Amino acid sequence: MAIEGTHIVQAAAFLGAGLSMGLGAIGPGVGEGLAAAKACEAIGKNPVEAGLLTRTMLVGQAVSESTGIYALVIALLLLFVV
Amino acid sequence: MTDDIQVWVKVAAFIGGGMAMGFGAIGAAIGEGYTAAKANEAIARSPQISGDLFKTMLLGQAIAETASIFALIIAMLLLFADFSNVSTLTISIFLSSGLCMGLGAIGSGIGSGLPTGEACTGIVRQPGMKNRITTIMLAGSAIAQSPAIFALVTSLILLFVDFTGRPVSPTWAAIIGAGFASGLGAIGSGIGEGLVAKSGCEGIARQPLAATRTTNVMLLGMAVTETTAIYGLLIACILIFKSFPAAESIASSMALLGAGLCMGIGAIGPGIGEGFTAQSAVKWISRSESSTAQLTRSMLVGQAVAESTGIYALVISLVLIFVI
Repeated sequence: MAIEGTHIVQAAAFLGAGLSMGLGAIGPGVGEGLAAAKACEAIGKNPVEAGLLTRTMLVGQAVSESTGIYALVIALLLLFVV
Repeated sequence: MTDDIQVWVKVAAFIGGGMAMGFGAIGAAIGEGYTAAKANEAIARSPQISGDLFKTMLLGQAIAETASIFALIIAMLLLFADFSNVSTLTISIFLSSGLCMGLGAIGSGIGSGLPTGEACTGIVRQPGMKNRITTIMLAGSAIAQSPAIFALVTSLILLFVDFTGRPVSPTWAAIIGAGFASGLGAIGSGIGEGLVAKSGCEGIARQPLAATRTTNVMLLGMAVTETTAIYGLLIACILIFKSFPAAESIASSMALLGAGLCMGIGAIGPGIGEGFTAQSAVKWISRSESSTAQLTRSMLVGQAVAESTGIYALVISLVLIFVI
């Protein structure tokens, strides 16, 4: 069985896609969890502002989600485009 | 040639056994050390109830120890495995089984130690609530063990499922990938659930009247935190039980290995993050009864958003397995 160059490149793309999405999910997961933790703390201290706090939490989480979405995009590019 | 394979199978079994016990010892040791540190702190504050505190400490440490006992069992199984009837696939089975159990014991070992430490502090604060606090501590530590049990199940399935007749390529990669998916996937949930149970014990000790609602939200938060470990187990089971057609190209092997790594690593972050969220929600629900509904809602919304990256990892893994 001769290992051809195209197979090695394809193999690297698949492995790279898995690593990209896997490693890329660590940061947003922890970060969004922290954001929500602080939001819960703030709502616990000041329940009157729950609406405002939830909105701020969601915006902050959406921003920290972006790096996870970059990882997803790169993984999909590696799988289907490159 | 048969001798040759036997040599490599032995090499794989011994490396796998070493990794199982080596990685598996990390978590339990950290968790039990944390428990002992908190117990000492508590005994220094109230030496008159040192007997109770000592008992609680040992009870909690025994539960945290289970994760590393699982690793010891798998290491023993690998060291004394039957080397007479082996094939090339056995090499990857032994390596993967050891890796899976070793990595899977890290999170639960750390996580199970956290509630016990907090329970010792809590018993000093409210000696009258000793039984209630111990019950919650036991429930929390036991649930935090569940990711390690998932890893144990995957390791045992790997060791005892019959892979004869499967093509070596790409099945070897599916086997290794399954070990990574279940083993790495257990780390985040184990630590996260420990954090939730820790604040459950703290909350009940501070506000004994809030014990019921604190326990309910704690269990809800832990259940959501568990999901990423379940994704890891799911991908591991698919990789083990789906029979893949023989493929000469190295690309299809790497796709399956990548799927396992993707789900395993991708589950770590959301598991820890969801644990942080539920920890904080439980803490504040125990202190302010009026905002229980709002806090539960915010906790679930926050956890759902933190879950999203874990779901991306699940999707990419499934694409790698079924589409590519």
